[in-house]
Amino acid sequence: VTVLIHHCILYKKAEVEETLKRIQGQKGVQGIIIVNAEGIPIKTTLDNSSTVQYAGLIHQLVMKARSTVRDIDPQNDLTFLRVRSKKNEIMIAPDKDYFLIVIQNPSD
Amino acid sequence: MSTFFSQTNMLLMSVWSCFFGQDEEDGTEMGEGDEWMQGKTLIKPLDQLDLTEAELKEEFTRILTANNPHAPQNIVRYSFKERSYKPISSVDQLAVHFVLEGNLLHQDSDEARRQRAKQGLPEGGEDAGDVEEGGGEERADSVESKVGKKEQKITNQFNFSERASQTLNNPLRERGCQTEPPPRANFSATANQWEIYDVYLEVLQKQEKNKEKAKAVPKKDDDKGRELKTFLLFPPQSDDITKVAKVAKIIERMVNQNTFDDIAQDFKYFEDASDEYREQEGTLLPLWKFQYDKAKRLSVTALCWNESYKDLFAVGLGSYDFTKQGRGMLVFYSLKNSTFPEYIYPTTSGILCLDIHKHLPYLVAVGFYDGCVAVYNLKEETLQPIYKSTAKSGKHTDPVWQVKWQKDDMDNNHNFFSVSSDGRVVSWTLVKNELVFTDIIKLSLAGAVSEGPEGVQLPIMGKTSCGTSFDFHKQIDYLFLVGTEEGKIHKCSKAYSSQFLETYNAHNMAVDAVKWNHFHTKVFISCSSDWTVKIWDHTIKTPMFTFDLNASVGDVAWSPYSSTVFAAVTTDGKVHTFDLSINKYEAICQQPVVAKKKTKLTHIEFNPVYPIIIVGDDRGYVTSLKLSPNLRKKPKEKKGQELPKGPEVEIAKMEKLLSLLREPENSNA
Repeated sequence: VTVLIHHCILYKKAEVEETLKRIQGQKGVQGIIIVNAEGIPIKTTLDNSSTVQYAGLIHQLVMKARSTVRDIDPQNDLTFLRVRSKKNEIMIAPDKDYFLIVIQNPSD
Repeated sequence: MSTFFSQTNMLLMSVWSCFFGQDEEDGTEMGEGDEWMQGKTLIKPLDQLDLTEAELKEEFTRILTANNPHAPQNIVRYSFKERSYKPISSVDQLAVHFVLEGNLLHQDSDEARRQRAKQGLPEGGEDAGDVEEGGGEERADSVESKVGKKEQKITNQFNFSERASQTLNNPLRERGCQTEPPPRANFSATANQWEIYDVYLEVLQKQEKNKEKAKAVPKKDDDKGRELKTFLLFPPQSDDITKVAKVAKIIERMVNQNTFDDIAQDFKYFEDASDEYREQEGTLLPLWKFQYDKAKRLSVTALCWNESYKDLFAVGLGSYDFTKQGRGMLVFYSLKNSTFPEYIYPTTSGILCLDIHKHLPYLVAVGFYDGCVAVYNLKEETLQPIYKSTAKSGKHTDPVWQVKWQKDDMDNNHNFFSVSSDGRVVSWTLVKNELVFTDIIKLSLAGAVSEGPEGVQLPIMGKTSCGTSFDFHKQIDYLFLVGTEEGKIHKCSKAYSSQFLETYNAHNMAVDAVKWNHFHTKVFISCSSDWTVKIWDHTIKTPMFTFDLNASVGDVAWSPYSSTVFAAVTTDGKVHTFDLSINKYEAICQQPVVAKKKTKLTHIEFNPVYPIIIVGDDRGYVTSLKLSPNLRKKPKEKKGQELPKGPEVEIAKMEKLLSLLREPENSNA
């Protein structure tokens, strides 16, 4: 299902901020990181060292995943990536210029 | 010449002296001077060998050769050609006894001249004397030689001095210049299939843009104004946050999926196993609950599923309470995100009804409490509706209770109908930027028009009945039903604007909802605040079925998958589900779905594909519930036979039921 994006110039920024706040307030969410295309984190709710680590490692993973998907079919593209581990789940949603990482512990 | 001679004399003299010397030795034994004459007498030396006579007479042959006895006879030389040592065949036999280097100089040689020069002129005089004896020629020679001494150097090949000259060599100077090195940058990239594809796409897009520009050049003036506007509205986006909007949405959904994972699993997979033991009854499993903070005081006044995006539904919020009229809200939720709405439109007046266009999922028609109707375009950025009716453009004077989209008219304009308490059924057409209205029918009091027992057939002017609900027939385009506040249902046609085709005395109180059956073309259902739900065949004036639900019924809806299943909600917070093919008299499920008993359920809608229903209440909550298998039963065929699918089955099912009812009626009649 394609997403109909509702843009409103007046409160676009506020809307996004609000969305991020809601995500942060969800049950079990440990942190949110926004990383730009070069792998540099531009916004985060975690501490600096963790952020840098996550950003660097996940950037490579996303590039690889995206490359894989697109190699198989260039008209296809990666929508999101979930990495579920024993302790938590890392959700990554890539965009053309940015990607968003959310770490959640769903059983909390 | 003389010196030579003297020298040889000297030599001879020395030889003779030697010889004499020897004789003098021997002479000791002989007398002096006598040695010549006397013969030799042999004297044996003391160490002489003693030999016998025979040995003495023995002849020893001695050969005289010219060979040098001292010359070696076996000189060997290494021959490089044969790579071995080879004896030299002939050895030099020359024995040199005496060597004496001469010291005579030719008088004309250089050395002689130098010596003469050292000795001075007297030598030259002697020479001159000799020369005189020699002759005049010699004199000439000496004179010449004298002259020759005062030199000039004679150039000959032995007395050559080299003379060289060199041209001026220009001094070499080195000149260099260096240009600035071309700017370099390191470039690295991977060439994947998709990167190549991307580049091709970009080129394609550019080409298309160029084509468009070429076309758009004559239309420049029109567009310029618009372009300017759009530029003003789109300031360059700030670096970070705004671009993340889309991904933030995706992430929010993912997080919600995790948080409500069990609900999502239930929604997809849970089938109540206990239904097998329950015979006919079924249950409703509560799934997500949708609520919006700012809508807490409003009640849900309308629900509508989106036909294209089956997880999206619209909620209209407002208030049924006459005294508490204020603002309203149009809110869209997706099942994928139950915590926050997808779209929010605040409105000045409470919403009472809404409808989403079947084919254009972004067009929403809304009816307000203040009588206006509006059309929202979800694709637009603004919060305002794209069309809104005003007092000039024929808005209703009373609350609009129901709106419904119709098929596009002949000019391909979208249009929808609305019914209101002011007794008008109006058709609105979206023509370019305007909303054009057409009165379709005016609902007049039934008693005034149709078969009035008084016989006075004058239509009572000014008194119009209030339409509270309507529904259009699924197949027959012009046919529609209108429910009124008096409890009557009118069957109308779009063609006839003053007369009804039929009127049914349905209820004692206002008809809250009237709905055609999805499958059977003759059947419709109606519900009212008089606690009843009635099912009708539109050809028969009395209801087929009547159900009493013990509480005011807010809404009723047919299920999209079966012609005999429908659900109704009441103000006591219960959902009643009926399946006529299973139980004709009772509900197969009566379940309270809200926690607090005081909440009234206002609306209900079935999802077109998924086995869930959404129920709205007067606190602004929307609850989604999953229908258990018993509620979704399809008719069981005998084993071995295929289950026929499709609407025909449903129609047949309903028909069967109806025929059962009709027969006794016919028989009675």
